[in-house]
Amino acid sequence: MSKEYETVIGLEVHVELATKTKIFCSCSTAFGSAPNTHTCPVCTGMPGSLPVLNKKVVEYAVAVGLATGCQINQYSKFDRKNYFYPDNPQNYQISQLYLPICHDGGIEIETQAGSKTIGIHEIHMEEDAGKLVHDDWEEVSLVDYNRSGVPLIEIVSEPDMRSAEEVIAYLDKLRMIIQYLGASDCKMQEGSMRADVNLSVRELGSKEFGTRTEMKNIGSFKAIARAIEAERARQIDLLESGEKVVQETRRWNDEQGYSYAMRSKEDAQDYRYFPEPDLVPIEVSDQWLQEIRDRQPELRDQKCRRYVDEFGLPAYDAQILTSAKKLADLFEEAVKLCDKPKKVSNWLMGETMRLLKEHNMDPEDITFSPVNLAKLIVLADAGTINGTVAKEVFEQIFAKDIDPEQYVEEKGLKTVNDEDALRETIVQIIEDNPKSVEDYHNGKEKAIGFLVGQTMKAMKGKANPGMVNQILKELL
Amino acid sequence: MNLLSLTAVELGKKIKAGEVTVEEATRAALKAIEVKEEQVHSFVTVDQEGALKRAKEVQKKITEGALTGPLAGVPVAIKDNLCTKGILTTCSSKILYNFIPTYTAEAVLNLEHAGAVILGKTNMDEFAMGSTTETSAYGVTRNPWNTEHVPGGSSGGSCAAVAAEEACYALGTDTGGSIRQPSSFCGVTGLKPTYGTVSRYGLIAYGSSLDQVGPIAKDVTDCATILEAITSYDKKDSTSIERKEADFTSALVDDVRGMKIGIPRDYLGEGLDSEVKEAILAAAKILEEKGAIVEQFDLSLVEYAIPAYYVIAAAEASSNLERFDGVKYGYRTKEYQGLHNMYKKSRSEGFGAEVKRRIMLGSFVLSSGYYDAYYLKALRTKALIKQAFDQAFAKYDILLGPTAPTTAPKLGASLSDPLKMYLGDIYTVSVNLAGLPGISLPCGQDSKGLPIGLQLIGDCFQEKKIIRAAYAYEQSRIYQHSPLADQ
Repeated sequence: MSKEYETVIGLEVHVELATKTKIFCSCSTAFGSAPNTHTCPVCTGMPGSLPVLNKKVVEYAVAVGLATGCQINQYSKFDRKNYFYPDNPQNYQISQLYLPICHDGGIEIETQAGSKTIGIHEIHMEEDAGKLVHDDWEEVSLVDYNRSGVPLIEIVSEPDMRSAEEVIAYLDKLRMIIQYLGASDCKMQEGSMRADVNLSVRELGSKEFGTRTEMKNIGSFKAIARAIEAERARQIDLLESGEKVVQETRRWNDEQGYSYAMRSKEDAQDYRYFPEPDLVPIEVSDQWLQEIRDRQPELRDQKCRRYVDEFGLPAYDAQILTSAKKLADLFEEAVKLCDKPKKVSNWLMGETMRLLKEHNMDPEDITFSPVNLAKLIVLADAGTINGTVAKEVFEQIFAKDIDPEQYVEEKGLKTVNDEDALRETIVQIIEDNPKSVEDYHNGKEKAIGFLVGQTMKAMKGKANPGMVNQILKELL
Repeated sequence: MNLLSLTAVELGKKIKAGEVTVEEATRAALKAIEVKEEQVHSFVTVDQEGALKRAKEVQKKITEGALTGPLAGVPVAIKDNLCTKGILTTCSSKILYNFIPTYTAEAVLNLEHAGAVILGKTNMDEFAMGSTTETSAYGVTRNPWNTEHVPGGSSGGSCAAVAAEEACYALGTDTGGSIRQPSSFCGVTGLKPTYGTVSRYGLIAYGSSLDQVGPIAKDVTDCATILEAITSYDKKDSTSIERKEADFTSALVDDVRGMKIGIPRDYLGEGLDSEVKEAILAAAKILEEKGAIVEQFDLSLVEYAIPAYYVIAAAEASSNLERFDGVKYGYRTKEYQGLHNMYKKSRSEGFGAEVKRRIMLGSFVLSSGYYDAYYLKALRTKALIKQAFDQAFAKYDILLGPTAPTTAPKLGASLSDPLKMYLGDIYTVSVNLAGLPGISLPCGQDSKGLPIGLQLIGDCFQEKKIIRAAYAYEQSRIYQHSPLADQ
């Protein structure tokens, strides 16, 4: 094996938009309801029903286009993509082929090799399909049309990526942008972000593209990385052994670690695209476009800079806090409530991150409110509770979003500032630990730490540590 | 007195005056249907129980003064491609043999708000594909003027029901002439409105960009009145247009002085039956005598309308009819192996020959490699045809010509040669391609005693001009009841 190969990858990313209602009817997009409860004649393809475009879908699509440097087609159209499958109630999908809403953009990604721009070929709007539920016992399949008509955008990249690392960086950046826009929660596990990977290999230095394969709907970033590595190796093996790569759609089985062919180009369907006659062209006026532009929220890079400038946070902290919109939102809300940016940052960077890691959770999974975090910070800052107690209370906030004021009150966790009570306890501790007292007098400074610890233990952790120190030194 | 021999507006007046109850009118219609259906077969479904129940409700509202419109209490027949909640809606196809919609088409809802009593659903060419009502899966409809002849199509059931006086009026739909041509063949008046005037919500689509719902009745007054009732801006239909001047009945004026009427010379050429031609020119003469300025001109592009229409309509139909797959509703084949086989057998068994022909044609013209050569070219032709009409309407208020090249052919004579049948749509399809309003009204009979239809075409949103001219012409003649009407 003497030849060196280059991997060429392009992605088609489907993102479910966060609209309350579907793209062509007013049914709810809520996830996880009983089958076929969010349906109407339109999204179940009943005869005589007609689609009416949800304006919000256009606004989200344009917002994503603007945030990814795309040109906006102010005159855009829907087309029908015809194919038969039971999850597709009309047996055509309303999508965009000829005049998609956005085109020719790109985003910057950072990898170990530095920064690079990945081109975006186009972004188009379309409707999602329903879900088939296969009942193996009865040998029947049932259809749930709750998801039918949920709005999607498909973001089609240029074939600009060369490695799994670049693909992950691109997806991560894309996800971040879309989350910041509030256009989608981009949860791969729940299917609100799905990626199809188009991959080919070619000899390094070659200008021609090799024959590509497409791997559909891979479930996670990690699986995508594994699928890319495996497909690259498979294609190189084929070429090395003198065989040809067949243009086909493959399905990646992440558990088994291999992919298998679903359909080849020969039996690829002819979708017979044509302009959707039931919808009028979408005209995005200059004014509407400007309104969308004006409403664009602050994206990560801007936010990061502002955290350094406005709150005086270290650049590293700003990076971490903005790495997920959920964290940034929490940070800003909590700061608004308690006006202690550095403290809020510390709780998020420290304890929050530790607990997320411990529970194998993403920042998106955080359930506690900024209100309770802010209250905790105020309590700790005022000395109402000490640091140890604060950590304990935070664990409760993290798990159950409890109200810290109420919790501290109920559990009697307030710091004991009563000097007489403390003095009484410390006298007892000194009496019980003559060895440590002796050590201290012999110059072993560490011994005082032990005595503080014993005092705290006796006070069930609620003692004011400053006072304990002071009284101890005085009595010794 | 035969209540069904009245026009809808006349009957409405009698009901309002308390001379006739809604129930009497409804029973009279149901009786006529019972007597005549064996000969004419206009209906796929007759909803006797529903109609009588509805008649009582409407009567109550009229008596209470809650319903005062001109159509309140008047029985109507609805073409079977318009969804009616709780009433079987088949499109005259086996594939929808058991389909009962959960909602009512907007146009029908508008009629219900006006106090209409729905008698039932009328027969049609399967999915509105045909010009004779012979492609129905539920048997042919016969022409009330001569039951050896077809009523035309695809709204043949609606037109025959009006001509046979089983209903005072009916709703039809027109994609390439499906209201006007059968109106012509059955000696009644039918109007196809400007595209976007009547909501298509609940109309089971054939060619979405061409389909329009419209009235079929005995005279122009009825048509204008019904059109006023069914016109509405409907947010559920993205192609619906908010009409500014929808007071169509205000155009019922016997005055065409100074009106400029153009007769496309291309509409009088080869293929036009000489008796039809004579009747059309005689009608033009009458309008001229009433003060209109009539002249012949060259419309151009007429020969391209048929191919452009059949490409566009078939393309849209091939996609619109994909939802009939045996999965969710309608016909599913009895035995099958797997999904693909179920689709194939359900559709093979559920659709008739003409529908299959158009699905295949439509699928072909949309296939990759053929799209540009057929579909795109047809769209460009459509745009050019619209331009040709724009030029014509720069000179003329309305256009005048025949509705169809001949009178109603004999049963069975058309289907054997589909291409010839398609050519029969030559004077009607361009109106749909350009989105224009058109009306067909009786203007005489041929030597066989079959009715001849006069077509008047207006520019977009100019229904009032064609209504005015049609009304003025109508004053010169007496409505001829079909032989079946008198039974």
